Amino acid sequence: MLKYVIKRILMIIPVVLAVSFIVFFIMDFVPSDPAVTALGDGATEEQLEYYRETHGLNDPLVVRYVRYMGGILHGDMGTSYANNQQVWDLFFAKFPNTLRLAVASVVVTVVLSIPLGVIAAVKENTWVDTVCSTLSFIGLAMPNFWLGLLLIMLFAVNLGLLPSTGADGFASLILPAITCGTGNMAALTRITRSSMLDVLKQDYLRTARAKGQSESKIITHHAFKNAQIPVVTQIGIQMSTLIGGAVLTERVFAWPGVGAFLVDSIQKSDFEVVTGFVIMLAIFVSIVLLIVDVLYAFMDPRIKAQYARS
Amino acid sequence: MNSSNEVKSSVKQNRALEVWKQYRRNKGAMIGLVILIILILIAVFADVIWDYETDITAMQVGDRLLKPCLEHPFGTDNYGRDMLARIGYGTRYSLSIGFVSVLMGVIIGVPLGALSGYIGGRFDTILMRLVDTFTIIPSLLMTIILVSVLGTNLLNLMIALSISTIPVITRITRASVMVTRNSDYIESARAIGAPVHTILLKHVLPNCFSPILVQATLRVGTSIISAAGLSYIGLGVPLPTPEWGALLSASKSFIINAQHMCLFPGLAIMITVMVINLVGDGLRGALDPKLKR
Repeated sequence: MLKYVIKRILMIIPVVLAVSFIVFFIMDFVPSDPAVTALGDGATEEQLEYYRETHGLNDPLVVRYVRYMGGILHGDMGTSYANNQQVWDLFFAKFPNTLRLAVASVVVTVVLSIPLGVIAAVKENTWVDTVCSTLSFIGLAMPNFWLGLLLIMLFAVNLGLLPSTGADGFASLILPAITCGTGNMAALTRITRSSMLDVLKQDYLRTARAKGQSESKIITHHAFKNAQIPVVTQIGIQMSTLIGGAVLTERVFAWPGVGAFLVDSIQKSDFEVVTGFVIMLAIFVSIVLLIVDVLYAFMDPRIKAQYARS
Repeated sequence: MNSSNEVKSSVKQNRALEVWKQYRRNKGAMIGLVILIILILIAVFADVIWDYETDITAMQVGDRLLKPCLEHPFGTDNYGRDMLARIGYGTRYSLSIGFVSVLMGVIIGVPLGALSGYIGGRFDTILMRLVDTFTIIPSLLMTIILVSVLGTNLLNLMIALSISTIPVITRITRASVMVTRNSDYIESARAIGAPVHTILLKHVLPNCFSPILVQATLRVGTSIISAAGLSYIGLGVPLPTPEWGALLSASKSFIINAQHMCLFPGLAIMITVMVINLVGDGLRGALDPKLKR
């Protein structure tokens, strides 16, 4: 098991190398000039050229890439062109907010969709099932940021109950978390439903019923326990997309997270910030996916045995 | 020879008829198909129904921010333009972005996935690692980076979206090619010495058609939502083009006194995506009854 985890952690290294090279390569095509970002429009051509020369911006792509990765090995992710701060510091100033929003959204999703999915499966092909699948169908088609705007309209503007923007205390977390959470609800409800349906047809459930166990215990203890794996996979996928992909929600609610800052930096062509942030996000996404795989082992002894063999 | 061709085409016809029969049984999918056809008609004939200069972009300052009424069922925007006309004309952009970007993704993703699944070996390993890498970078971020590299206009938006569609299509094609690859009839095609491209085009891919079609259809909805999102943050189609995401972006400043500006474009996106998903689900059920759930 430990060997497996170590192997997986080592596998993050090539992923980071590939991600960083792709981003480096793509960002090289950005038409705007980082020297202008750093010095502003007022700088003379000599000043710009001096900046480019001292910051190594005139070197070929491969040279810059190797130097950049060398820096990372020494714990230096570079400095932002726009405000001269360390990329590392900027990332960890924003990341707690992003993580807070991601966790809160996953909580919203889980609390809403697992019961909905289980109920839909248990009451398959009744009106309850129809209502659940209609709800998830609507959720799947609804643009997240629009839901955010609607929630602001209702709870902040019309009712005046919750703040519409910022990250100031628990109250300001509620609307963004509901926005992200309900967006993912549809997928999780569907997966919970279909994996429950698979399990509900198994023989051991009939055995449990024959033993005279109560229906609620059968559903929670026997059925759901075995339907967990696809559900946990989905939660992992959601968590990983939320870490970097909550860009729009962060924008709608002016939430000071990684995604919104990254988009600003892309628009300012703040090269070092974009590359550094994407690398950090890739590392965190890989870690989340690894945690999911390790969780499998705790849920299913058969998988644990498989890991031990590999 | 002639008669065998006739038999072949009649088999194909029967199969299409069979699929249509299955599809028709699904009420939701039929409703979806009808609405989708209406939306496509609106998109195609948008410049016949509305005049771009007078109805879509001309400002009527006297009619600013009117609430929905008989003359303007969806109200007017901050320049006094009729929201119904702008949203109706916007169908054109959202639908074309959705369909064209997925089509581009299919054109590149299917051959890649097919080769990867059929040849296997080192080519497969390298390609799949590349696909994995693209999956690790959140797709919306990737699209944003690409759009800012390419510049914001309609075509670049489609290209950027298609690049995030490619990994999805490549994966699904590879998976279904790997299943078909080992069938007996492929084995016999190989045994009689058919070249790789003939085997792939004539024997393997036609049998992988259903999952690819279903995935591509569902992907159209995702692309429409992403495109609207990009326009919302100012990286999609530039104003005054009435793209739905751009309309939502414009509504932000009027969220207190003109909430209809935010309500209707969002509804348009939601209904369009829902309709496409209904059609996708219907196709899934009709093409492969085993996959129905």
